[in-house]
Amino acid sequence: MHLQVSAVCKSFGYGSNAKQVLDTINLDLHSGQFLALVGSSGSGKSTIMRLIAGLDRPSSGEIRFDGQLVRGPGAERGMVFQKYSLYPWLTAAQNVAFGMELQGRSRAEIRERTAYFLEVVDLVDSARLLPRELSGGMQQRVAIARALAAEPKLLLLDEPFGALDLQIRESMQEFLYQLWQRTGLAALLITHDLEEAMLLAQQVHILAPRPGRIVRSIALPSDRSNLAHLRVSPAFLELREDLARTLRSLDGALVS
Amino acid sequence: MRSSEAHPLTRWIPLRRFLAQSWVLGLLGLVTVLLFWFLATASGAVDSLFLPSPHVVWQAGQSQWQSGLLVKDAVASIQRVFIGFALSAGLALPMGIAMGSNLTICRLLEPLMALIRYMPAPAFIPLLIIYFGLEELPKVLLIFIGTFFFNTLMIMDAVKFVPSELVETALTLGGRGLPILTRVVAPYIAPQVFDTYRINMASAWNLVIVAELVAANEGLGKRISLAQRFLRTDDIFVGLIVIGLVGLTIDLGFRFLMRKACAWAN
Ligand SMILES: Nc1ncnc2c1ncn2[C@@H]1O[C@H](COP(=O)(O)OP(=O)(O)OP(=O)(O)O)[C@@H](O)[C@H]1O
Ligand SMILES: [Mg+2]
Repeated sequence: MHLQVSAVCKSFGYGSNAKQVLDTINLDLHSGQFLALVGSSGSGKSTIMRLIAGLDRPSSGEIRFDGQLVRGPGAERGMVFQKYSLYPWLTAAQNVAFGMELQGRSRAEIRERTAYFLEVVDLVDSARLLPRELSGGMQQRVAIARALAAEPKLLLLDEPFGALDLQIRESMQEFLYQLWQRTGLAALLITHDLEEAMLLAQQVHILAPRPGRIVRSIALPSDRSNLAHLRVSPAFLELREDLARTLRSLDGALVS
Repeated sequence: MRSSEAHPLTRWIPLRRFLAQSWVLGLLGLVTVLLFWFLATASGAVDSLFLPSPHVVWQAGQSQWQSGLLVKDAVASIQRVFIGFALSAGLALPMGIAMGSNLTICRLLEPLMALIRYMPAPAFIPLLIIYFGLEELPKVLLIFIGTFFFNTLMIMDAVKFVPSELVETALTLGGRGLPILTRVVAPYIAPQVFDTYRINMASAWNLVIVAELVAANEGLGKRISLAQRFLRTDDIFVGLIVIGLVGLTIDLGFRFLMRKACAWAN
């Protein structure tokens, strides 16, 4: 798997109403890599994600997936949305099976993989519940299982834990990290939570707003045997403070 | 502390709980009206030609039932409603989905439909009679005209409000084309479609009576207009009550279907 985002710009609107949202974005992502994009609200994070998913077209520049120009959405680029996007009329298990049914897989395979991915996200007991009967964290886990079950090569995560409270968010981060280690999937995580990005990703890009552009890229140390430990380690905290200053200065720049 | 005696305000709680059940109050309203009806006629305050007593109406109903007229009329009216409405509902569904999911189709048809929607369906009766005579077809078409545009536009609105995340999720899972409509859009709008049908069924039911008042050989509306000619207010009352009851039954049927089919939306 190789994702190449080359000099992508995106504007919405026409003429005098035109508004540039992304400016010359370059990204590279290979199999097994975990990349994070951090930026304040409105910096164009979701827009980048939608372009990569093929739900929108860049105004200029190009996005290639395994060398092929991205022209629309496809199952090889799975996505977990910012807002809960489970089908409210389907049970947790049926939601997980949904993508595989669209792909026309055999019944036996669907049953087997549904059971497996419910197990992966630890929701076997909730298989028959409807989304409204699940907590926010459980719903997002179902959404992740549904994306994974469709067998993507790249998993796009748009602030998947943004709506969760702190405690659940930490356990979900732990869960996501282990999942990534286990599956060796390529992942692109979008978040406004710096700590989240630094804990999970191998590389973090900082996005400046108006128009969205990458202003800083940091590679992170790869030793994370213990996330809870890492959260409070001095080197981690120092780097985090440094990046937080960068983010703050970007937000300050728009005031002045 | 006065613990042994219930507080004056809490003493009435069981009664309030009883009243709070929706059917209790509904029944109370109905009984009250019946009671006033009975009192008004029993006291002789109102001329029995204008307002026949409940008893007389009941007897008129019984005689219509025994002669078989009541069933024959009801069947005729219900049949017209069902054919006309089935046609309207069946065509409105694909049409509404097409308009709701395709901007070009929507822009092409919405102004036209919005215009026709404001033409009162009964105003089409003279045309329909000129075109199709006095048989079943004009009546069925009247019901179709009177409900199709409402059905279509309401279904279109339901489709427009399908959250884009749900459609886009399906796209990123590898879905495209028709399955998006049948597996995402259709189930999402199902509760609103049931409700649309339920609401517009009431106008279908109104229209069949109007059509029968104008021209028909049988039907509940026809019975009423005949009764008027002979000043049989008791038969008019029978007709009105039966029309109400059949309509209510259909309404409840739709609610029941919706609860069964769309448990997730409750
Ligand atoms: N379809 C659209 N039409 C017009 N403007 C848009 C559209 N989509 C996004 N924008 C604009 O692009 C900018 C970036 O939006 P985007 O949703 O990508 O931000 P974000 O970084 O994901 O923010 P958040 O953290 O709040 O989710 C916003 O100013 C938004 O108003
Ligand atoms: Mg966003």
